[in-house]
Amino acid sequence: MSEQVQLDKKKSMKEEKIRAFMKNKLAVAGAVLLLTMIVLAALSPIIAPYGFDEQNYEIARQTPSLQHLAGTDELGRDIFSRILYGGRVSLTIGIISVGIGLIFGGSLGVIAAYYGGVTETVIMRVIDVLMAIPSIILSISICAALGSGIVNTMIAVGISSIPTYARVFRSSVISEKSKEYIEAARAVGAGNARIILKHILPNSIAPVIVQASLGVAQAITTAASLSFIGLGIQPPNPEWGALLSSGRQYIRDFPHMVVYPGIAIMLTVLALNLIGDGLRDALDPRLKR
Amino acid sequence: MYKYILKRLIMLIPVLIGVSLVVFMMLEITPGDPARQLAGSDASEEAVEQLRDELGLNDPAATRFVRYMWNACHGDLGTSYTTKSPVVKEIINRFPTTFTLACLSTLIAGCTGILLEIISATHQYSFLDRFATLFALLGVSMPVFWLGMMLIVFFSVKLAILPSSGFSTPLHWIMPAVAVGYRAAAIITRQTRSSMLEVIRQDYIRTARAKGQSEKVVIYKHALKNALIPVITVLGLQFGAGLGGAVVTETVFSISGLGKLMVDSINARNYPMVQGGVLVIACVFTLVNLAVDVLYAYLDPRIKSQYGGRVKAKKLLKNKNEAKGGGER
Repeated sequence: MSEQVQLDKKKSMKEEKIRAFMKNKLAVAGAVLLLTMIVLAALSPIIAPYGFDEQNYEIARQTPSLQHLAGTDELGRDIFSRILYGGRVSLTIGIISVGIGLIFGGSLGVIAAYYGGVTETVIMRVIDVLMAIPSIILSISICAALGSGIVNTMIAVGISSIPTYARVFRSSVISEKSKEYIEAARAVGAGNARIILKHILPNSIAPVIVQASLGVAQAITTAASLSFIGLGIQPPNPEWGALLSSGRQYIRDFPHMVVYPGIAIMLTVLALNLIGDGLRDALDPRLKR
Repeated sequence: MYKYILKRLIMLIPVLIGVSLVVFMMLEITPGDPARQLAGSDASEEAVEQLRDELGLNDPAATRFVRYMWNACHGDLGTSYTTKSPVVKEIINRFPTTFTLACLSTLIAGCTGILLEIISATHQYSFLDRFATLFALLGVSMPVFWLGMMLIVFFSVKLAILPSSGFSTPLHWIMPAVAVGYRAAAIITRQTRSSMLEVIRQDYIRTARAKGQSEKVVIYKHALKNALIPVITVLGLQFGAGLGGAVVTETVFSISGLGKLMVDSINARNYPMVQGGVLVIACVFTLVNLAVDVLYAYLDPRIKSQYGGRVKAKKLLKNKNEAKGGGER
């Protein structure tokens, strides 16, 4: 009987958070917008009116029209189609690099907070070193060292976000690990791994989820910045930053080449920010603005 | 207080050694041979080998690192491969430009951010409040370099009233400073709206109102003073990041500041320049962060008074640092 009551309570709490998120109109709008972006990107080979590398010199640098919704670039490629295909690259980079940051930064933060002592000191000093370099400079240096390409860009952006996640995880775990239920778990003989994975992580994940949703937005922007300055993704690839980078030289006469890829970035980042704000309000009432 | 500052300054040393080590290792794994780059593609293998010897590139990595650190302690960060002048001199040459841009954008961010904060807090849920929220949301969603390009399209190409590249006259300063400042203002508005709202609900504000003070005095003299503290923290962090070079913005507007110097050096495999640049940027960045922490304590007597009673002050600072780590960098 008592078990049943507890189960109900747990379920209702999760439902309550989902309901709180769904009640936030802006957050739901963000989620719908992001979902649309993901679907458009995923289905780009079907939806896109032209191939992303379909060249036609006769129609080069046309301004937007019904045939070419966002105009064409210097090689006569349809910019709208390139933006759709580019969404696959940009969104993938955003998600995977946050994954890299979460896994490595998260492990470091959890280990530091849980074990404390010398382990914590060593880990946090390394994090301090990484924090001392502004994250854009850090990702530029890593990207320069590794070379360009999608995988290397993900690694560069991911590594530069490690310090943030390590700190968020650490502070979250520290506040959780001294609570009574952890002591209880230890008393009944649970091992460190079990306590961390089964008890501490589920209870300290809320701030991390918020940070991660904002982190994807930041990762997409950082990756675009890297491509824009000539590192990161190189031009034939329709990544959004690369589109902006190649359109930049025509900015005076054909501004449409830089307007639309930027709008794509802006909408995606906006959607992620709205979701992040909504998640923060729903998951962590203390942080409610 | 002084003890604390001194301690933080001493702690800076291992961090900087760590930064140099990280940069050094990154350059180690970077493909490409600087000697070949320097000598040009048509130089003979012997000439390249001789150059490599001259630059000390044949020594083991550990030797080179120790030598680099030893020289760095004496204010010598090496010689730029491309211009053959000392790295320190190159950085000092570029610094005023970056400093001006950082100051201007922080100024813009501060004024706009604080104004919007006041509006949001005094007119909560009004049209103006919603406008401020939207303004902030757009600001953090637009990549700075894209905003810069849109400004160029509008003000340089369409209206032809502002120059699109360079940084020589105050007219050149407007667009880059606005592009960087807008984002910072947006971050300030987003992060501090809640703090102003919190302050406005405090007892001492009610007291001020109860004793019959005008709304103006209540807002500007009582509420703002207290709500400004987190704003200054965010502003300081943005300023520090700006001094690190608004890398991409400088590229958009072809401004020869620190950020563009870094990008150019990376593309030219100018190792000493990259290494020195990152080291100097990290140094400035950390010093500004330290200054922000000290200022924070100075402005908030609640924290200042606790510097004596160590445990509590430490706890407070720790909480603040954690909040910082979770914020938008």
